[in-house]
Amino acid sequence: MSTDPLPAAAGVPVFDLDAAWRLHPQVSLRPERFGALLYHFGTRRLSFLKSPALLAVVSSLAGEPSARAACRAAGISAADLPAYTAALARLAGSQMICPQAGA
Amino acid sequence: MSPPPGPAPASAAAQMQAQPLPLAEQFTRGLAAPICLTWELTYACNLACVHCLSSSGRRDPRELTAAECRGVIDELERMQVFYVNIGGGEPTVRPDFWDLVSYATSHHVGVKFSTNGVKISPAIAARLAASDYVDVQVSLDGATPEVNDAVRGPGSYATALRAMENLAAAGMAGFKISVVVTRQNAGQLDDFQAIASRLGAQLRLTRLRPSGRGADVWPQLHPTAQQQRQLYDWLVARGEQVLTGDSFFHLSGYGQALPGLNLCGAGRVVCLIDPVGDVYACPFAIHDSFLAGNVRSPGGFAAVWRDSPLFASLRQPQSGGACQSCSAYDSCRGGCMAAKFFTGLPLDGPDPECVRGHGQTALAAVDGAAAPRPGGDHSRRAGRSPRPVPVTIGARPPDDTFSPAGRTARRIPDHACDQNPLAGFDPGTGSSGDPGAALHGY
Repeated sequence: MSTDPLPAAAGVPVFDLDAAWRLHPQVSLRPERFGALLYHFGTRRLSFLKSPALLAVVSSLAGEPSARAACRAAGISAADLPAYTAALARLAGSQMICPQAGA
Repeated sequence: MSPPPGPAPASAAAQMQAQPLPLAEQFTRGLAAPICLTWELTYACNLACVHCLSSSGRRDPRELTAAECRGVIDELERMQVFYVNIGGGEPTVRPDFWDLVSYATSHHVGVKFSTNGVKISPAIAARLAASDYVDVQVSLDGATPEVNDAVRGPGSYATALRAMENLAAAGMAGFKISVVVTRQNAGQLDDFQAIASRLGAQLRLTRLRPSGRGADVWPQLHPTAQQQRQLYDWLVARGEQVLTGDSFFHLSGYGQALPGLNLCGAGRVVCLIDPVGDVYACPFAIHDSFLAGNVRSPGGFAAVWRDSPLFASLRQPQSGGACQSCSAYDSCRGGCMAAKFFTGLPLDGPDPECVRGHGQTALAAVDGAAAPRPGGDHSRRAGRSPRPVPVTIGARPPDDTFSPAGRTARRIPDHACDQNPLAGFDPGTGSSGDPGAALHGY
């Protein structure tokens, strides 16, 4: 598995997969049939997770030392990792998740 | 937070990118709980807006007590309803209003409330500015007193402006100014924006519905076809700067979709709880045909949301009917159910304000007098505080009055059309092919 940082795709910020992340304390997460909905009480923005697998990753974040470990714990394969990294980058960009240290 | 689910299937990413249904389709099948809901706390109101969606004015003696309201909030917390849009009537005239707001926010249910501003004193404004979990919408239906007061009543412009000045002075950044777009104010969009900019507020435009007392004034007040086109262009140019509550999705038939999910969320992602606990599919549909149940019944709100036969039917795939063959159908989805219903049009036909003009044709073919009447009139009784019929607004002909005789003296509240929960919706997460643009409802 490569540990190089992923290049930023168009409009998607670089995401540190080896840092520890968590759901933002002002975010409420609700599982739904298709994945989950998230609402940020601070920014008043709604977002969603498009698959149960991504929900599993996000739910694992707080209990794992890194986002990479959370992906592994959720059963994400190396081949699928870039797609999940991009999704996590978007969540970080909209403050739905934040670094554990900064929480 | 619940414990993380077990390991995902190996094909997780493929599943993300080739999901069975687009998100909007997922939403039309209904969610486990509303994203948000409109909760009208009282039918009492100090105003008597001619277009009031809930025909408010007088308090109903059967209104939910404070204890019952707290019970509803407890349920919403358990269901993880993210926030409620509180309206009325004028919700702030309930003596227990501020306590209920505090109760909701301390139970993880966010509050956005709509007001005509009557109770927004400097002290209240300071209190509101201090809470992250409360958002305020002040209703204003004209950028000038003449245009506003003709719809909302004498003095209502001054009341709203004073409230907004108080909010701005208290540092309540980003409060909303909520405007129902009418034939009279459609030419004032830049003026509304200027007011919002001056006060550090965000503008929110919503659609005039033929609901409640609005049924009586809709024929005269709804924007002309030309105004609709100008409104659409204005909204497209401003993108996410201006909120719409997703209420103009019927205008997507012009081409580019407006920000938002562009779907009817009635009974699927939103609903209405009225002051007596009745649950309707949406705030614009107060009529027995759209009544799903009551929060006082066994099982409470959760059972209504989950088990109501009405909601179950709304979550089934809908027929496009006469609209199915139209090239705009994929974007406008046939428009607003309530707008069709209260103008006497079939629910599977065109919206009365269809951008292709099919609504006008359809309206000409139906007997408007036979259209269903909105239910639950709580207007103040005629004669109690008569108001002049506005007859000289804008360029309308002098005989073009807002209200037929007999209804002109009714009093109403304003009510915010804050319905769609898709405020700040960010569909960019989790899949390629998403624009990443925020959808916003309110």
